[in-house]
Amino acid sequence: MSTPQTPVKTPVKTSGRPLRALAMLAVILVGLLGTALIQGADSVRLGLDLRGGTSVTLVPRASTEAGKVTSEAIDQAVAIIRQRVDSVGVAESEVTAQGSGTNRQIVISVPGESGRRVVDLVGQTAELRFRQVLAESSALAGIGGGEATPAAGVSGDINARFAALDCTNPANLQGTGADSPSETIVACARSGASKYILGPAEVLGQQVSKATAGIDQQGASAWFVSLTFDGDGTRAFGAQTARVTSLPSPQNQVAIVLDGLVVSAPSIREAIPSGEAQITGSFSQVEAQDLANVLKYGSLPLAFDRGEVQQVSPTLGADQLEAGLLAGALGMGLVLIFSVAYYRGLGIAIVGSLAIAAAMLYLLFLVLGKSIGFTLTLAGIAGSIVAIGVTADSFIVYFERVRDELREGKTLRTAVETGWSRARRTIVVADIVSLIAAFLLYFFAVGGVRGFAFTLGLTTIIDLLIVFLFTKPIVTVLARWKFFASGHPLSGLSPKSVGMKEKNAKIAQTESSLEA
Amino acid sequence: MAKLSGLGGRLYSGETSFNIVENRKRWYSFSAVFIIASIFALGFQGLHLGIEFKGGASFTVNKASATIQEAREAVEAVGLPGEIIVQKIGDSKVRVQTGAVDAAQSRAVETALTQKFNVTEESIDTQLVGPSWGKEITKKAVYGLIAFLLVIMLFLAMVFEPKMAAAAILAVVHDVFITVGIYALIGFDVTPATIIGFLTILGYSLYDTVVVFDKVRENTKSVVANSKVTYSQAANLAVNQTIVRSLNTSIIALIPVGSILFVGAGLLGAGTLKDLSLALFIGLAVGTYSSLFIAPPFLAQLREREPAMQALAKRVAARGNTSEANTGAATKISRRTQAKRKGRK
Repeated sequence: MSTPQTPVKTPVKTSGRPLRALAMLAVILVGLLGTALIQGADSVRLGLDLRGGTSVTLVPRASTEAGKVTSEAIDQAVAIIRQRVDSVGVAESEVTAQGSGTNRQIVISVPGESGRRVVDLVGQTAELRFRQVLAESSALAGIGGGEATPAAGVSGDINARFAALDCTNPANLQGTGADSPSETIVACARSGASKYILGPAEVLGQQVSKATAGIDQQGASAWFVSLTFDGDGTRAFGAQTARVTSLPSPQNQVAIVLDGLVVSAPSIREAIPSGEAQITGSFSQVEAQDLANVLKYGSLPLAFDRGEVQQVSPTLGADQLEAGLLAGALGMGLVLIFSVAYYRGLGIAIVGSLAIAAAMLYLLFLVLGKSIGFTLTLAGIAGSIVAIGVTADSFIVYFERVRDELREGKTLRTAVETGWSRARRTIVVADIVSLIAAFLLYFFAVGGVRGFAFTLGLTTIIDLLIVFLFTKPIVTVLARWKFFASGHPLSGLSPKSVGMKEKNAKIAQTESSLEA
Repeated sequence: MAKLSGLGGRLYSGETSFNIVENRKRWYSFSAVFIIASIFALGFQGLHLGIEFKGGASFTVNKASATIQEAREAVEAVGLPGEIIVQKIGDSKVRVQTGAVDAAQSRAVETALTQKFNVTEESIDTQLVGPSWGKEITKKAVYGLIAFLLVIMLFLAMVFEPKMAAAAILAVVHDVFITVGIYALIGFDVTPATIIGFLTILGYSLYDTVVVFDKVRENTKSVVANSKVTYSQAANLAVNQTIVRSLNTSIIALIPVGSILFVGAGLLGAGTLKDLSLALFIGLAVGTYSSLFIAPPFLAQLREREPAMQALAKRVAARGNTSEANTGAATKISRRTQAKRKGRK
């Protein structure tokens, strides 16, 4: 990041043109204000933690089953998830990948109260598989196993797992998407009402070319999803249905398995060579549409773990916003009181600088909200409050330098310039350190940390601008006033408050001659 | 405050002087005690990690009348494995924290809570964290830390001198160690917000050190040529001259952080604001200490090993400068730089 170079290169020049710097600052502020007005940005975009909503961070899971985690796969997953989220139609939803290369997370943010549904939707890997049913029984563990007729050709291990499976336990109804297509598996029905032993998958989700939600007008107004298979899918599905149709129940059923759970397991009455199928089940309209969307936009090329899910109610959001603003006001107020108490007259420069910094920050929030979609989060607010300290630090470094120069017996007008030429370097170096910190935090972090780093970086740049274009020029202007130049006791620059001995103080002499 | 200003003047002229650089063993042992305590605390107690690191779930019910007892009953009825922590937050909230749960279990807990307290699902704030998530963010934080230290070291070595960079980094590492130790010792919760705080401290601590070192550099520029004071003495004057400034910048940095801490802990009870500002508050205090008492003495120690500086120390000693004369020498140097500056004008 390039640091704003001194607008005017030598202290001598600065002293001559404080007004030019002030004018430049005014141009910047008016420019920002103008941009905000043209963009029609009237309020800062708030993050979900300040207005309520849901955010999910998905971490790609490395498994041979779901395919290798590659950069392309992540890009593809982001695109698919974005389509799924958009299909729900919540304004201002966001899907972003954070991090770099294969080491990326996908962050989904959905404002408002429809978050829960979106979270469920996007997390699905949507691995759709058609498997032959080998055995079926009621959901409970233990007893249920006895009722079922263990299928011939199924290993004892599978039978034991089948017997032990308890589909009334919610943990077993989560849907993992980790069922191996080539193996015989045990699975629960999505409703939790029954459990199955299922043969290897014969038709896969990738072989679906079209999916739509529809309603069965004649029946009980039940929602279903119609599927159309591609060429391979049509052949495979035709062969599967042809084979099982003559078998005894339950082996004549084909289970439709979504993410490891059986959505439905219809009996096949005749072979279906047409390449079309319907998934029925106790779908609501929303569920049917979501499933159709998921199938239409394809299954995710990767399996994901939910790294973090955060649901913030609007109440908490409002509370956090209020607390953030209150902390900001309190911090600002106390810093101002301290500055004026310690630096007296010079405190005016601090008050002015902080006020302008705050105004500039607010305008930048507005403009960046519109132009790059910047959202202000709680961590961001904390970052800006912490920045009050960083900004005020620069003034202190400068003022203390000026006082050092005064202690060496310089006049105020000289001290303001020589002090500046020394403080400038310190301020720039220190601010660059802050910028590096902000940049690296932003680069390496996810979620809230990024918001914090962004505002910290932004405010550091503002600090540099303000110090160069406002604080220094305004002090130069103030130094011309008699009140300051004569070292008035309230100016913060009197020999006494600087802690200077009378005998080697030129200002003291000036003061006494004025009094005489 | 006028007193502090006056002190600033006396420190500047060298009239009052603390032998900070010379007494380095005192500061080193002081810090060593803290660091050893930190290591013990880390080893025996470890850090109290938030659910973001261990994996787990947190459910917050916004209802003034909700009690801990009721919330516990409701959640225990769900039958989750592991420990359940129920806390009252502020006046109007109850927070339930559980071990790692899956989507279905979390749904079950939410349902139990909505039924118990008769609130809508949307009014429950939920946070679910997968078990591997903590590793992920820890890894990132460590990468960030290493990258930060390397880049800053390069930058400072370029702007100042390599030995200053080394001393500054040592001070930062010192700060992180002690801050983490305090967290382990007292058992504060460590959350991602805490980590942000830790990382920010690095920047701050360096900012402070930069201010001090800038003055050290200025004062020591021509020590060899003048042969009046040793490097350590010149550095010590610089530290004394910047004490007031460092105190002021620290106070002014602590004020807003203190406000966040006050509001975050007082109004919200828990969460990002509190965790962040607590880490900052502790770290800033430690950072101020290290930029005055650890970084400059260490720098002086490094520089005094150079043959040129050892020769200088011998020359200064030969002139009969005893440690009692330190303050005199310090005053002289400041007068001399002043004279030199005037001459340059």
